[in-house]
Amino acid sequence: MGKEAAMDTDRIDQIIDKHQGEASSLIQILLEIQSEHHWLPKEALERVSEKLQVPLTRIQHIATFYKAFSLVPKGRHEIHICMGTACHVRGAPRVLDTVQDLTGIKPGETDLDLKFSLETVNCLGCCALGPVMEVDGKYHGKMVPAKTGDILKNYD
Amino acid sequence: MVRIKSPAELEELRKGILSKRDPNKPCITLCSGSACLASGSGEVAASLEEEIKKQGLRDEVDVRKTGCHGFCERGPIIVIHPEEIGYFQIEPKAVPEIVSQTIKEKKVIERLLYTDPSTNEKIIHESEIPFYKNQERLVFGSNGSIDPTSIDDYLAIGGYSALAKALSGMTPEQVLKEVKKSNLRGRGGGGFPTGRKWEGSRNAPDEIKYVIVNADEGDPGAYMNRSTLEGNPHSVLEGLIIGAYAIGAHEGYIYVRQEYPLAVENVGIAIKQAEEYGFLGKNILGSGFDFTVKVHQGAGAFVSGESTALMTALEGRVGEPRPKYIRSNIKGLWNRPSVLNNVETWANVPLIINKGAGWFIQFGTEGSKGTKIFSLVGKINNTGLVEVPMGTPLKDIIYKIGGGIPGGKRFKAVQTGGPSGGCIPAELLDLEVDFDELTKAGSMMGSGGMIVMDEDTCMVDVVRYFINFLTDESGGKCVPCREGLRQMYKILTNITEGKGREGDIELLEELSETAIEASLCALGKSAPNPILSTIRYFRDEYEAHIKEKKCPALSCKELISYYIDPDKCQACMICLRKCPAEAIDGGKKKIHIIDQEKCTKCGTCFEACPPRFGAVQKISGEPVPLPIPEEARIIARENKER
Repeated sequence: MGKEAAMDTDRIDQIIDKHQGEASSLIQILLEIQSEHHWLPKEALERVSEKLQVPLTRIQHIATFYKAFSLVPKGRHEIHICMGTACHVRGAPRVLDTVQDLTGIKPGETDLDLKFSLETVNCLGCCALGPVMEVDGKYHGKMVPAKTGDILKNYD
Repeated sequence: MVRIKSPAELEELRKGILSKRDPNKPCITLCSGSACLASGSGEVAASLEEEIKKQGLRDEVDVRKTGCHGFCERGPIIVIHPEEIGYFQIEPKAVPEIVSQTIKEKKVIERLLYTDPSTNEKIIHESEIPFYKNQERLVFGSNGSIDPTSIDDYLAIGGYSALAKALSGMTPEQVLKEVKKSNLRGRGGGGFPTGRKWEGSRNAPDEIKYVIVNADEGDPGAYMNRSTLEGNPHSVLEGLIIGAYAIGAHEGYIYVRQEYPLAVENVGIAIKQAEEYGFLGKNILGSGFDFTVKVHQGAGAFVSGESTALMTALEGRVGEPRPKYIRSNIKGLWNRPSVLNNVETWANVPLIINKGAGWFIQFGTEGSKGTKIFSLVGKINNTGLVEVPMGTPLKDIIYKIGGGIPGGKRFKAVQTGGPSGGCIPAELLDLEVDFDELTKAGSMMGSGGMIVMDEDTCMVDVVRYFINFLTDESGGKCVPCREGLRQMYKILTNITEGKGREGDIELLEELSETAIEASLCALGKSAPNPILSTIRYFRDEYEAHIKEKKCPALSCKELISYYIDPDKCQACMICLRKCPAEAIDGGKKKIHIIDQEKCTKCGTCFEACPPRFGAVQKISGEPVPLPIPEEARIIARENKER
């Protein structure tokens, strides 16, 4: 199943019930949906709104305010380029430029084939390895622009 | 697990745990913090287990996966006890040898030891390595010896004895008095006296009060809170319970950013274990005191680390700051008195209760007591987490512990205090690092990030980076921050792109002043720090960008060009093959030329050119020399001619 498939309402209800349907757990509930589904489909938000009795606008406010949430589907592979200060001074912007050229997408975007999603992150906290590029949870340290192509070609 | 009902039962339990442990039994500790996991410690752990089984040593040796040891540059790290032999940068293939040589034969493997770069000497014991030797690891030291998922490990090193002492032998007032006497100041940024914050809440008339751990460590390049929470979560919990007792709170929250999954997991395990033993819940240790704690995950917003914003987020709303007409320790979470302290602040509390304020104040300076953990990163040889007494000279941190700047480069500045901190130049290397000295130098302590920069770092570009970060992370609630930062970012971008104008520096200063005066929360009020501190110490770099269209550090992409020196080029084809833009023309025996039109300035050629040739150069502030004539590009075989 592709990630773009709609999320099962029962599963959403389960997540909400786990938090006793408390409106104060709204962010925690959205985080769980995001982590399972990789994005927040509109139907899911409507269901949360209905069950928690929270206006959809407030949910939208949260879903757009925080970086963890995505309102569009993600690609099969998620590339995170660390733009933390330590990585920045060690050349992360040049790594990002090269990855953008290679994938044809900018941070926050997903390519048309749903192959890659590109994101920048503020710090992965492994500064000794900087600049760091993370693909699907695997860390690639001490990156230089020339190495990015070799790594990305392993994904399809 | 049995529920512990009194301090005496706790001591019995501790004795029981210790009696089952033989201090002479070999124990391999392996750093399994996030940074080491990223460099492969998971694979090392798997091969350790396999190899021990294969060599039939399962009952002879313990393996303990610990939290971060701090020396991230050399991870994954293995320390073998009781001898305390430290091995660094361990790969799975080294594991069979470690097991057969060091565990079985008691032989030290020289090759895996740390080599002191200044003396070339091999160092066997972890604690004798300069990186560790020059630290004072009061809060962070236990990380390397305990498994964070084992409460028994924490109890074995005296864990929860401070809680027992506070609950059985001290009144809440006495606990508060001790913390006040210790002069502990908040480790999250502001440096507000912890005791005074607690006192405010304690004296507030409300019946319901809250205590909160701020683990929303958002500063890029800082990860000491994560490592503490991952590696020693019980120390934070113990501090929190003691604080709750002093204040009279019965509910607590730990707000952890969602980007720290291992910290979330380990703190969850710790809470569960503490509940089972009865360090959390009803009638803790038979004292009649009740306390429960919940974990709340952040969802990725820097501004939510601000105290009022964090409390709003805990209420399930968007984590935006609100005006602090009344402090949050009086009216905070759900309008109740709420004490919010940083991870490191809470972790200091058990130490103060156990050893006394008198012991604590022997560390540090007049105004800043105790130690501070710094995250030492950037252009530094020994990237890692460093805990030193307040007042340690900056140069000791950077040179004695950090091992100086890589590649023989010149130290330019260190940035402290996170994105809204400031840059401290080389002239101030003697500065004794504490809350007040950093503020005097135009920076701040922040949560303890220390980003080292060398001669290749452009200060204007770094500032542009911070302002971009803050523009992005601004909650957008008040105009001076939302609009002011955006304008500052535009001006800084113009400067780094060679479009700077006379008067830009003054305009930046003016906008900064407004943001400091009129912003709602600390994000906006401190956002101009990087600008102001760099204008103060590095004004010449701004001026070079603006007046000469030159980046002195040869870093700003728009202001530099790559050029191949025809006298040095050996026509070796390395850069030509590697250039991703196919912008290099040349061939074997034909001197290479960069097509400036095609060049994307990625720097690959600069990195690829062998240092002994050094033919690829960066040029800024002057035109690129014209290519040499076609016929002059052919290199005659020099050795044949001669």
